[in-house]
Amino acid sequence: MSIGWYLAVSAIVFAIGAGGVLVRRNPVVILLCLELMLNAANLALIGFSRMWGNGDGQVFALVVIVVAACEVTVGLGLIVAIHRRRLPIDVDELRELQG
Amino acid sequence: MSTFVFFVAAIGAITGAIGVIALKNPYYSVLALVGHMISLAALFLLLRAEFLAASQVIIYAGAVIVLYVFVVSYVGDSAPTFGQEPSRLAALGAFACGAALVVELFIAVLGSGLQAISHDGAPYHAGFGTPGAIGTLLLTRFLAPFEIASYLLLVAAIGAVTLARRRRGLDEGIEERTPALEIGDVFLPRPASTGTMAEAGGSRGMSEP
Repeated sequence: MSIGWYLAVSAIVFAIGAGGVLVRRNPVVILLCLELMLNAANLALIGFSRMWGNGDGQVFALVVIVVAACEVTVGLGLIVAIHRRRLPIDVDELRELQG
Repeated sequence: MSTFVFFVAAIGAITGAIGVIALKNPYYSVLALVGHMISLAALFLLLRAEFLAASQVIIYAGAVIVLYVFVVSYVGDSAPTFGQEPSRLAALGAFACGAALVVELFIAVLGSGLQAISHDGAPYHAGFGTPGAIGTLLLTRFLAPFEIASYLLLVAAIGAVTLARRRRGLDEGIEERTPALEIGDVFLPRPASTGTMAEAGGSRGMSEP
């Protein structure tokens, strides 16, 4: 398969993730959609890495996985903290910092 | 053969992604994400990124998903608005935005004029994408990003613990706490039906004073 097919899959998955971030109101699902977008970026990075026969893109993808794990940890910690304060778990209701 | 595997994995990845955003129950969304991750690992294998495919399955489909499942079942049924579905207008708008993004990315990537994207990629040389090759790169050329990533993990772990722990001052009065036990409670004769197993089971509470 040519690299273009992988890039097409990556673009579709990225757009699905972006649409999910826009449409869903549950912060857990929004974090899942962020994962989708990061995964799409990873697929594109690995595709380009294969295209050039160079391992740098794979190292970059590995760093992206690490950053995604950090983001999930902090995000889920926030959700647990919100739950502890008995606040509604809904991004439309949590607008105190919005100004 | 590789074409067949590619299409199966690509359809699996896209279906999993749609499942994540379309399913009402967040628990099923997490499970859809597992399917998506595993299909993506198959795509990574097709791209000769063996180490990344393995770490995708172990880190994502293993560790990160366990974290999600824990949080979903912890938060689960508490919030009244937890699984509320978006309005049709919002869904339509998001679909339009997603479609526009797909078109834009296709124009950007496929219309870029890069000749190599219609080829199979560079000739494969032995050792590409193996743990040894990745490790050599990480510890020679990319040593600084490697160290920074490890510090980032440390900071994130400490931050998550600080965020999610119980704080005495902040949460006081928000959660219903059991009042502190005093000496008099222990030695005074207790009311009937308190301090028994039936009370712990919740069938007979402290409602009667």
